[in-house]
Amino acid sequence: MLINHPLLGPRDSREFYVLGSAELLKRPDWQAPDAAAQFHDYVHIRENPYGQHKELWYHEQGDRSWLVVTRDTVTHEIYQVEMARDVALRLQKGGEL
Amino acid sequence: MSRFDHALIDHSKTFAFTFNGREMQGHAGDTLASALMANGQKLVGRSFKYHRPRGIFSAGPEEPNALVELREGPLQEPNTRATVTELYDGLVAKSQNHMGSLDYDLLALNDLFAPFLSAGFYYKTFMWPKSFWEKVYEPAIRRAAGLGALSGLSDPDEYDKGYRHCDVLVIGAGPSGLSAALAAGRAGARLILADDDFLMGGRLNADRPEVGGKDGADWAAEAVTELDAMPNVTLMPRTTVFGVYDGGVYGAVEKHTDHWVTSAAKPRQILWRITAKRAILAAGATERSIAFGNNDRPGVMLSGAVRTYVNRFGVAPGETAAVLTNNDTGWQTARDLAAHGVTVAAVIDTRADAPLEAIDGAAVIAGQAVADTRGRKGIKEITLTNGQTLDVDLLAVSGGWSPNVHLTCHHRGKPIWKNEIAGFIPNGPPPGLSPVGATAGDFGVSTCLKSGRSAANVIVKELGFTPSKAGAAKAEDEPTNISAFWHVGGGPRAWVDLQNDVTAKDVKQSHQEGFRSVEHLKRYSTLGMATDQGKTSNVLGLAILAEVSGKTIPETGTTIFRPPYTPVPIGAFAGRAKGKHYKPTRLPPSHAWAERNGASFTEAGLWMRAEWFAREGEQGWRDSVDREVLAVRNSVGICDVTTLGKIDIQGRNATDFVNFVYSNGFAKLPVGKVRYGIMLREDGIVMDDGTTARLAENHYVMTTTTANAGNVMRHLEFVRQCLKPDWDVHVISVTDGWCQAAVAGPRSRDLLAKIVDAPFDISNEAFPFMACAELTVCGGVPARLFRISFSGELAYELAVPARYGESLFDVLMEAGSEFGVTPYGLEALSAMRIEKGHPVANELTGQTTARDLGLGRMVSDKKDSIGAVLSRREGLNLEDGYKLVGFKPLDTDEKLSAGAHFIEVGADYTLENDLGWMSSVGYSPSLSTHIGLGFLKRGDARIGDVVRSVDGVRETDIKVEICSPHFIDPEGDLLRG
Repeated sequence: MLINHPLLGPRDSREFYVLGSAELLKRPDWQAPDAAAQFHDYVHIRENPYGQHKELWYHEQGDRSWLVVTRDTVTHEIYQVEMARDVALRLQKGGEL
Repeated sequence: MSRFDHALIDHSKTFAFTFNGREMQGHAGDTLASALMANGQKLVGRSFKYHRPRGIFSAGPEEPNALVELREGPLQEPNTRATVTELYDGLVAKSQNHMGSLDYDLLALNDLFAPFLSAGFYYKTFMWPKSFWEKVYEPAIRRAAGLGALSGLSDPDEYDKGYRHCDVLVIGAGPSGLSAALAAGRAGARLILADDDFLMGGRLNADRPEVGGKDGADWAAEAVTELDAMPNVTLMPRTTVFGVYDGGVYGAVEKHTDHWVTSAAKPRQILWRITAKRAILAAGATERSIAFGNNDRPGVMLSGAVRTYVNRFGVAPGETAAVLTNNDTGWQTARDLAAHGVTVAAVIDTRADAPLEAIDGAAVIAGQAVADTRGRKGIKEITLTNGQTLDVDLLAVSGGWSPNVHLTCHHRGKPIWKNEIAGFIPNGPPPGLSPVGATAGDFGVSTCLKSGRSAANVIVKELGFTPSKAGAAKAEDEPTNISAFWHVGGGPRAWVDLQNDVTAKDVKQSHQEGFRSVEHLKRYSTLGMATDQGKTSNVLGLAILAEVSGKTIPETGTTIFRPPYTPVPIGAFAGRAKGKHYKPTRLPPSHAWAERNGASFTEAGLWMRAEWFAREGEQGWRDSVDREVLAVRNSVGICDVTTLGKIDIQGRNATDFVNFVYSNGFAKLPVGKVRYGIMLREDGIVMDDGTTARLAENHYVMTTTTANAGNVMRHLEFVRQCLKPDWDVHVISVTDGWCQAAVAGPRSRDLLAKIVDAPFDISNEAFPFMACAELTVCGGVPARLFRISFSGELAYELAVPARYGESLFDVLMEAGSEFGVTPYGLEALSAMRIEKGHPVANELTGQTTARDLGLGRMVSDKKDSIGAVLSRREGLNLEDGYKLVGFKPLDTDEKLSAGAHFIEVGADYTLENDLGWMSSVGYSPSLSTHIGLGFLKRGDARIGDVVRSVDGVRETDIKVEICSPHFIDPEGDLLRG
């Protein structure tokens, strides 16, 4: 599988470490009244869809970028690759994943 | 045996080889199979289960019978298909799976017990008693049933891996593949043409039809020459593309030097990863047999294979032949045999309306089949369904052709049935893969040439090239009509899967016993589960299953085709990653110094670390370790601690960052100070611990445990990029950049005072416990000094750039000689950290919390930090939760064992009574007793109690006293001194 790294171009997936759902970018507020419940869901409740999925991949044997990869879990087709930092900044500004 | 003229072998090059010790000769261009045939060797092996005599059945990778052990000694390769083994001078081969000689196999007795050995017999027969399975049944079965033997020796050959990239990959170099390659190559696309044969051309060499007004083999050779001359084309003969992976990645294995007598230090085989924008699958089709009585005898061959041996290799597989066919292609075999002077006794076409044709001297029989054969080591006579008998020593069988759809199914494509060809054709191939020609179910040579070309032209155009105007070569489509005919019932055993000895009766019986799905049939009867993966038998088997179940073939469906297409040696997957090359070895800078000083080494992850430094007269490792510990406690010792992870953290938000990843407070750590930190995972479990030094306002150096260095780095990058994208902070691993030495013991300050450069003041007042500084040593070498202690003594860690590492240890030894400085290794380090109760990987198991470790108060609730919220959840804060405490045996001569479980005195050793476990043990020379650390329920409230430490593995059960985990200097006076 090839991942089209936004900075480095297509890279072999074996250079990467995969973490799972990109929902992990949405870390809850530690001071929320229901912080414990929110953190519980954040850590344990993950989407694992049949089809399109946004995932976090880490270019461990490369430039150490974390990427948000939109991948089809059935066909392994990759639709979009973004720098996770860009996505995280977008989320901070109220944007979508 | 003489060879026909015009064969595609080099008569001028004669190769000597042996088969079962018998000396034989063949020619360049031969396969082992064709050479065996030319030497009159009909019997080449014994079958898997019944030890039936077997001969060469095919002329390609689908071969189920002619499997040999190739080469000798450590180079021996079992289960090598003679039909794809390129002959070389000096080849040595042996037949497999017989006890005694091939001619008189003692285990042929099994054939007499055939009624008991039908489908599922293992499951039914070897049930009782259970204890017999491992000791009696399995060894006996393994001896009797099976394939070739491994040499048991290490393979001395090199295997390699390689990567190639192209615009278009063409798989198969038959008429479709060559035509596609010519079109793509002429258009200028970067092209790879891969073919499993050593001679490209496929059936142009086997059938030798007229192409472009010439012999198909000549046309193929000219096409290959033209392609070879193109700079944009890479030809890969002897290369099997065995799998289709994601993103246009194809797995291929090249027999690089398999056709040499030795590999001459070159890789024997190469595993290629070919990344192709597009691929054209021109893998052709595989012929299948017809199931009739005793259809497995030597001399019964696939009809197309007979043509290959006659036309390509110039060898007659028999003297008097008959052809049994259900389609037009069998007639071609009869014509080719007759043209080469082989007597054709009969052509038997199962179709009542077969288009009859006169073959010189042959009886032409329509609407009949073969019912039985006779002949012990090769057929002598066949009996037709009408009772007629014929004396023949060769029976060419064509049950039709199955397109090689395998690669089109690797992304779960499900082939569909095409009645006109009585075969499955591709459906939903992987993206970017276009099946053409016979693979797509179009068998005519002319159609193949055209479909290869047009598929290539479409593809190159999509890739932005201008297709060549050259047309496809002219040829004719030979007739290929078929009327499905699968098996002759009612007679003697009729083989479906020759390699696994599965008969038509086994298929029926499996169905009767309830194995209705084709996937169940496969697993119960073992149909198609041998190394040939049922290439000649699967369609036949499922057709028979369809028949007995009253379903259609499409309803019955196929089993799933998975990679690899043909067997790939494990050696090719391993490549060069074997032995010490399996993983790299990391050596700390002091390695050579440690070797000179008598160190023994142990592997710690990838690192080689010194365990202890033995001295003359010491009786065992304990002597060395005890001496090293006491030297540190009494004077000074030095130890390389470079392997601890070191991460440099800088940026305007560096303080925020460190304070966020550690659960204890770091916001107020002054410049020039070090603090112990504990790092949690977001789920509240401890991830790692270590010390972090603040070298400057916005500059920290974090240390991690050796084992977690990589994980922590990944975690920090995650926090930095994914959770705090707006922070100005950067991290980089400097583990290999700095050599770090622990200098520990009451005389450590005296030692270091001799090498630090003025004006640095190393006094206790100027450089107290937990201080850090950047300085120079030894007259200008940049260094970092940390006053931290893992041993519990007055101690420092001194870091210098790695290139100075080895000489640093020489300098420390020299400067410390007046104090009797002693190198110490990992064991002494471990003994001392247990004495101090410091947790390491044994305690940080990924299941323990800060509270378990007695560090619960370090998790601040005044700030946001990773894992803090979930560390407070109820389940991690139970009243009777585990606590890390120390243990001493009541009898100080008793050894403790790590992994032992704690049980109350007098209680039963049961799971319900389990109180916790011992995590670390060692001998404390300072206390003259074994000591241990472990997790015990409410351990901190039970100091002074006695429990049992029970080790069910080592079978020990001893009484231990619970004590503080800090065995030595619990107040920490020594390290502050």
